[in-house]
Amino acid sequence: MDRTLEIAHGTPLDAALSASLVFDVAHLFAGALVLISFLMLYQDRLYALLKVFALQAVVLSLSVGWQALAQDAPHLYVTAAIALVFKAVVIPLALARMVARLGIHRQVETVVSIGPTMLAGIALVALSLVVMLKATAAVGGAADALAREDLAFALSVVLLGLLMMVTRRNAVSQVIGFMSLENGLILAATGAKGMPLVVEISVAFSVLIALIVIGIFLFRIRERFDTVDVDALDRFRGGRA
Amino acid sequence: MTLAPTFQLLVALAAVAALLLLALAGAALARGPYGRPVVYGGALVVTLLAAVSALTAIPAPTGGLVLPLGIPWIGANLRLDALSAVFLFVVNLGGAAASLYGLGYGRHDHAPERVLPFFPAFLAGMSLVPLAADAYTFLLAWEFMSLASWALVVSHDKEAGNVQAGLVYILMASFGTLALMLAFGLLAGGGGGFTFEAMRAAPPTGWAGAVVLALAMLGAGSKAGLVPLHVWLPLAHPAAPSHVSALMSGVMTKVAVYGFIRIVFDLAGPPDWWWGIPVIVAGAIAGVVGVLQALLQSDTKRVLAFSTIENIGLIFVGLGLALAFKASGFGGAAALAFTAALFHVFNHAAMKSLLFFGAGAVLTATGSRVMDRLGGLIHRMPVTSVAMLIGAAAISALPPLNGFASEWLVFQAILLSPELPAWGLKLSVPAAGALLALAAALAAACFVRLYGIVFLGRARSEQAANAHEVDVFSRAAMLALAGICVAAGLFPGLVIDALQPAVTALVGVRMPAQSEVAWLSIVPVAESRSSYNGLLVFLFIASSALLTAFIIHRLATGAVRRAPPWDCGFPNADPVTQYSAGSFAQPIRRVFARTLFAARERVEMPPPGSLAPARIEITARDPAWAFLFLPLAGLVERIATRANRLQYLTIRQYLALVFGALVLLLLVLALWT
Repeated sequence: MDRTLEIAHGTPLDAALSASLVFDVAHLFAGALVLISFLMLYQDRLYALLKVFALQAVVLSLSVGWQALAQDAPHLYVTAAIALVFKAVVIPLALARMVARLGIHRQVETVVSIGPTMLAGIALVALSLVVMLKATAAVGGAADALAREDLAFALSVVLLGLLMMVTRRNAVSQVIGFMSLENGLILAATGAKGMPLVVEISVAFSVLIALIVIGIFLFRIRERFDTVDVDALDRFRGGRA
Repeated sequence: MTLAPTFQLLVALAAVAALLLLALAGAALARGPYGRPVVYGGALVVTLLAAVSALTAIPAPTGGLVLPLGIPWIGANLRLDALSAVFLFVVNLGGAAASLYGLGYGRHDHAPERVLPFFPAFLAGMSLVPLAADAYTFLLAWEFMSLASWALVVSHDKEAGNVQAGLVYILMASFGTLALMLAFGLLAGGGGGFTFEAMRAAPPTGWAGAVVLALAMLGAGSKAGLVPLHVWLPLAHPAAPSHVSALMSGVMTKVAVYGFIRIVFDLAGPPDWWWGIPVIVAGAIAGVVGVLQALLQSDTKRVLAFSTIENIGLIFVGLGLALAFKASGFGGAAALAFTAALFHVFNHAAMKSLLFFGAGAVLTATGSRVMDRLGGLIHRMPVTSVAMLIGAAAISALPPLNGFASEWLVFQAILLSPELPAWGLKLSVPAAGALLALAAALAAACFVRLYGIVFLGRARSEQAANAHEVDVFSRAAMLALAGICVAAGLFPGLVIDALQPAVTALVGVRMPAQSEVAWLSIVPVAESRSSYNGLLVFLFIASSALLTAFIIHRLATGAVRRAPPWDCGFPNADPVTQYSAGSFAQPIRRVFARTLFAARERVEMPPPGSLAPARIEITARDPAWAFLFLPLAGLVERIATRANRLQYLTIRQYLALVFGALVLLLLVLALWT
């Protein structure tokens, strides 16, 4: 790319990085996150789903790291590290262990079949792009295009995560939908400048705690109902499944 | 413009703080022997000092203070101007009387820990409302007042109906606060100027002013008891202990009137010509409906609660007239109507507290509020019955008492209405005047009934026959209020002159000074039109009564004759053959209540030969319940039943609901142009 050639020798990297390069790379990562969200919607095996989720976390940590470089905000490296360690390694491993120990049916049980879900996902991405670009047009203008498009992708990831939670029957895949939704939130938070570290750490911790709580619940549910199909809970409660 | 705090404002704030401390003391000491004297005695001292200070604050310059409490960028704005001082005086006077009464009455309370903490808190809330000078502080104090009084309403929760009364009360109070909140929102405008000073500087224009008026009528009217928002009064006021009933009926409704005056006269800017009409009409309807329902009740405290609705109606008619005159540029007439309303606020606070104290004394002595179980108490409770007689005469607007003076002023203002230019007012004001005249006459009938059945005749039950006079504190409180009723009736000019700083502040013009009129007369407009001298009327009544008594004693024979009394043809002189509460009201019930309240009488005659007694059953319904609140409750019930299905969704369906709502909102955002 010829833009990189414009970097003069001896100038500090952050000052020399041209706006368009920052934009392109951030765009690449954010777009990749959305693409991986689609990949997750497409999976029909739990282990494959966990692997794709780990991939998304890796891309997320790359994206956060790039933001740290571009914004010259060293605390974002901490966020990237947290994402890499916990979301790409610890959580998928923990979930995989749960799946193994609980002897969960390895197939992802869907409510709506995968084709229509993908179509709905495309519509959601279009919607979030329209909404975000329109809503931020008055605020950011052309100057902060990076933040605007980042926000649009982040909203897409959030919506796709929600879609996954709604259309999956199995509790483990709902947990993964939730975690992927949280990836979207981190993407949005790091794209906007000036997000304090405390907030990010507390978000990361709350997600961890959510994982622990959900994990315990999974065990308890299984103990009682011999399944982690959430519909069994509803049958027990007397609701309409 | 920042105002310096005046001495009186600091005293008022210190009083509020002291009352809050007393509330804590009440919570701590309630079960011990010192709880009652500490709380009521302390409240008596504090409210008396605050009342004196408020009285001196009426002619004093306005004081202001901003405390760093509440919303950070607004703070707690406090202000003591002439209008606040008038209402602060009324609140603290009523509070002092209720505290004095409570010293004795509280002795009979079986659960003092449910009353003692909330009584001073209630007083503190009511004292803080007139001092507030921003929307947040006002609403906070208002809600504090509502909640404290709610706790007092449900303090006797074991008695049937009290908890339900509390529920109705808290619902209506929340609705009223909601309306006031919306009114303040409109007044503050988009800029969020929540201090009264900012609202005054930028009054609402066009329809916003009318909406503010409507919301103020709903918000303050629901607290004061305007029809059809009055339904909680007759439930909640009797449910509370009697000294609290006196505060709620006599004083808290006045705080509501204050809220209405503050919003409509002070903050909503110059009125339109028609603003007076809804206020006058609502007041006149409240007057007639209130007193007619009072006539149908057989429970003494319910009678008094409905009578409060009537008096609030009278006050609102005065305020509506003041609005109409002010909008049409008749300053003098507006000052007269406004003075009349404020004067009646003061009078009603005194006499309704007195009457509730009397009802409480009767309750203590006989254990009953049902009129048909009482009777003949004038022999056994002489002090109470004299005080009640003065209160009943005052609220029936008999000269030379204070009720007459203020109602006379209202009618003087009504008589000035032909000068108004707008035809809508020219026609509606005399009609409202006719309704008020009817209400005044019915009020007299209502209190003749109340006093006659409870205090005259013979005892209708054993408890009434064995009643004893109440303790010295209760008697002192009643006699003090009776003295105030007499004094304000004999020297109305002094009260009118004392109210003028508040009138000048809100109407712009004052009434002519009454202290310059010879012989303590009052001349509201001009000597040629009308004048009234309470002292002269009193002297005439006293001298003619004494003369008559003297003549009868001189001319009549002193010999004692014994003869059977006239017995209506029934030789059986059982007390139940006397007029009862129901039979006394029967003519009026048949004439007025048949269509308005669907009052029906059903007579059950036993067949010949049966020994069962004949029974008469009287049913009546409040149209506000039948046509407004019950359908509303039904609607809420239906919606709630429908919404109940949402309780039984699956986890995924709940998630889908959240998801769907989010997508829908985003779609709206995307399609919004």
